[in-house]
Amino acid sequence: MSADALSLIPKADAKQSMKDFKSDQEVRWCPGCGDYAILAAVQGFLPELGLARENIVFISGIGCSSRFPYYMNTYGMHSIHGRAPAIATGLATTRRDLSVWVVTGDGDALSIGGNHLIHALRRNVNLKILLFNNRIYGLTKGQYSPTSEVGKITKSTPMGSLDAPFNPVSLALGAEASFVARTIDSDRKHLTEVLRQAAAHPGTALVEIYQNCNIFNDGAFDDLKDKNTALESLIRLEHGQPIRFGAEGAKGVVRDRATGDLCIVEVTEDNEADILVHDAHAASPTTAFALSRLADPQTLHHTPVGVLRSVRRPVYDNAMADQLDAAVEQKGKGDLAALLAGNDTWTVVG
Amino acid sequence: MTSQVSSPAEPPAPGEQSKPGKEIRRLDRVIVRFAGDSGDGMQLTGDRFTSETASFGNDLSTLPNFPAEIRAPAGTLPGVSSFQVHFADHDILTPGDRPDVLVAMNPAALKANVADLPRGAEIIVNTDEFTKRAMAKVGYDTSPLEDGALEAYNVHPVPLTTMTVEALKDFGLSRKEAERSKNMFALGLLSWMYHRPTAGTERFLRTKFAKKPQLAEANITAFRAGWNFGETTEDFAVTYEVAPAQAAFPPGTYRNISGNLALAYGLVAASQQADLPLFLGSYPITPASDILHELSKHKNFGVRTFQAEDEIAGIGAALGAAFGGSLAVTTTSGPGVALKSETIGLAVSLELPLLIVDIQRGGPSTGLPTKTEQADLLQAMYGRNGEAPVPIVAPSTPGDCFDAALDAARIALTYRTPVFLLSDGYLANGSEPWRIPDIGELPDLRVQFATTPNHTDADGNQHFWPYLRDPQTLARPWALPGTPGLEHRIGGIEKHDGSGNISYDPANHDLMVRTRQAKVDGIKVPDIVVDDPTGDARTLVIGWGSTYGPITAAVRRTRQAGGEIAQAHLRHLNPFPANLGEALARYRNVIVPEMNLGQLAHLLRARYLVDAASHTQVTGLPFKAEQLAARLQEAVAQGLTKEAAHVR
Repeated sequence: MSADALSLIPKADAKQSMKDFKSDQEVRWCPGCGDYAILAAVQGFLPELGLARENIVFISGIGCSSRFPYYMNTYGMHSIHGRAPAIATGLATTRRDLSVWVVTGDGDALSIGGNHLIHALRRNVNLKILLFNNRIYGLTKGQYSPTSEVGKITKSTPMGSLDAPFNPVSLALGAEASFVARTIDSDRKHLTEVLRQAAAHPGTALVEIYQNCNIFNDGAFDDLKDKNTALESLIRLEHGQPIRFGAEGAKGVVRDRATGDLCIVEVTEDNEADILVHDAHAASPTTAFALSRLADPQTLHHTPVGVLRSVRRPVYDNAMADQLDAAVEQKGKGDLAALLAGNDTWTVVG
Repeated sequence: MTSQVSSPAEPPAPGEQSKPGKEIRRLDRVIVRFAGDSGDGMQLTGDRFTSETASFGNDLSTLPNFPAEIRAPAGTLPGVSSFQVHFADHDILTPGDRPDVLVAMNPAALKANVADLPRGAEIIVNTDEFTKRAMAKVGYDTSPLEDGALEAYNVHPVPLTTMTVEALKDFGLSRKEAERSKNMFALGLLSWMYHRPTAGTERFLRTKFAKKPQLAEANITAFRAGWNFGETTEDFAVTYEVAPAQAAFPPGTYRNISGNLALAYGLVAASQQADLPLFLGSYPITPASDILHELSKHKNFGVRTFQAEDEIAGIGAALGAAFGGSLAVTTTSGPGVALKSETIGLAVSLELPLLIVDIQRGGPSTGLPTKTEQADLLQAMYGRNGEAPVPIVAPSTPGDCFDAALDAARIALTYRTPVFLLSDGYLANGSEPWRIPDIGELPDLRVQFATTPNHTDADGNQHFWPYLRDPQTLARPWALPGTPGLEHRIGGIEKHDGSGNISYDPANHDLMVRTRQAKVDGIKVPDIVVDDPTGDARTLVIGWGSTYGPITAAVRRTRQAGGEIAQAHLRHLNPFPANLGEALARYRNVIVPEMNLGQLAHLLRARYLVDAASHTQVTGLPFKAEQLAARLQEAVAQGLTKEAAHVR
């Protein structure tokens, strides 16, 4: 198993800049869409990886976010609704010299493509999945999505939506993901740092990016973005640091001794030592899952952002390559004539 | 192991030589059917008998027939599993219509199969299983062995279970364990009756039970006991010889092969000949799973098999691998094709090589998973949104699955297109002798990847245009990720001719739709060959896929009966051979037998305005040559009438 996700990928000959990653295509998202910020962050961060641009591939499904590959001057495929993780799996398992990225949205990844997402995560294929979550269907013009809050009034739910939303981070953790993070479109610095860690992760990395749809769900994440409200509503996770938030870190996360669950407390001198220290590398996903559940599914109040989980486990494409090598070692390189002949033959002479 | 067929058959191995007192009759062909409970090991028994028959040098054809349930309730009619093998001293084409010999391991097996037997057929029954309860379970109020119901047949009552248990009494096995070897006793008896070689089966059992040598010896003992029983009992007075079919086989080295195995080997061979790694994305489904199983054994050929979470992911991963430069394949059956349709459409739009292997089974919906049918032709042809043409290749015999796989790969790689390979349950599980090809005879399938920009703009800048086509084949360039300077984006949205950029321009869409169609229409496929020995036939029978054997057998019968009939068989269903219209037009009467409700006939009528008549059967079983021949003779008569009417 490769120690670094990037070690097999050829490096660029020369220093790259953001413009090297911009394609010649006009970007056609609505003015003010959060996708612009994410595109800029990705284009701005890729040069620092120093990878040969031709060895980077972006694969997407269907939806607003899935137009992303057209704007990247790399290899790319805009595929069909929900199937990008499956297609990317085939590419990544056969081409370990590529850095394969999946761009998807809440409808694409969690509704029509839910099955492929969870299986990609459990397999731990070397894929980086960027899930743009705007809690709405944008391209189809404004129906509720699997991450919309209950009671969402949309064109398809005039009396309010009935079904409970997915928490994508909880879902990914339940699906055995080895890397799960959440970030926000408007926080370029945080977004870039999360992308950096995802890129370096061997295996599947899922990055949920809260992304504002200013046409159909404007302001969905305002509480997490506004400086004043964010202090109370956003929990920034940093590996090895006590989990504190609020004005001057007045609030913290502690483990409830009775239930083992996590809860939020006002930090005092008495309980300061009990504040949970974030361990993204914990072998068990239990605490990461509990952290993901702190967020209120309706208001997103107490939403943790940052890397919730980052652990090493066998990477599918490496394991597959190892089996191929082992087969050659055990049986020798395949001999077609011997294969076709098999063991029971007879000869007819003329 | 290789045996020489040109020399006399090897003498029987176990026991003594045939007693001089037993009569030996020579036959030109025999049809044997083994039938029992799904747990009785009838498929294995049939397989072994087939292998021995193959190595003896007979021509042969097999028809395994088993329930979809792994273990249907014991002793019931739905639980009956059978294996039919037809072998001959000459070239044969089908597993045969009516068995000359039925081995019935229980009352259910007798009841389910007896109606297929001709008068005078031999029936070997395991009398131990004919208990009142077992007979009542399948509706026998009185024993058919005693009430005269089997008068028309030559019945051999054999207490197979008791004799097997008796033969194994020194092995210290439980009665239940010992009983399990009764199929080997039956195999031994049949092997004696037909002078089959036995060394291969003994070797097979030693390998199969390598980790349990006691079981290997027990099975071999049961096998020999069956042989010796035939040798000594008075009930079997005659043995039969069916000479090797020397004239039927061109010189070469042969093996027995099933359709699925041949198809898997064809894919490995195509990968080697193309010098591309093979990638299979698949989800288990009957009757296609054996291809996944087989390919997963050949990782030392660089074969990657990916068992996906569903049918859609199977083809999705294959398409991703194709983008990366693999020879990509997905294997499935009809219901899986339905799920893959959207991705096939994407592959049409991306213009990447991809093989879609559909081992057809009875439908609609779950249908008859273990039975055969040819009813996915129109699904393969038209089952997508938009104008999404996909080439279709159909093998005609089990061994032909090998060549068809190579041919499908050739089309996919040359024209950068998904290709359907339409096999079916009958070809998949049936087997026949196969001449092992010389590697040197296999086609060169190597491809040229794009390595340099192919377009210069007005300012003199070099670009890579992913949809700038080869003028001959209309194929677009295949530029692999990792190739510097050729970074490009492809997708399912309509793209501009040449540059590949998104385009909603009306005229461009019209052009792209027509170009994709023209590319498929222009695929080079061999002309159809019409077999019309006298040149005077007025009637043409035309089929496709696995009906080749039964149709050809029926044509032979028709000609033997004096009927003049021409025959043609299609491997390429899309595009059709360029001379097909002209070939059809030469005949007054065209008849199209199919295991569906007339799908090829529909295509031929639509395309060539030919008054083709359908002859259809959807029983889950292949055509019987005798019935089909009767229909062909009618058609010949019609052809003559039409001709007369025309002349008048």
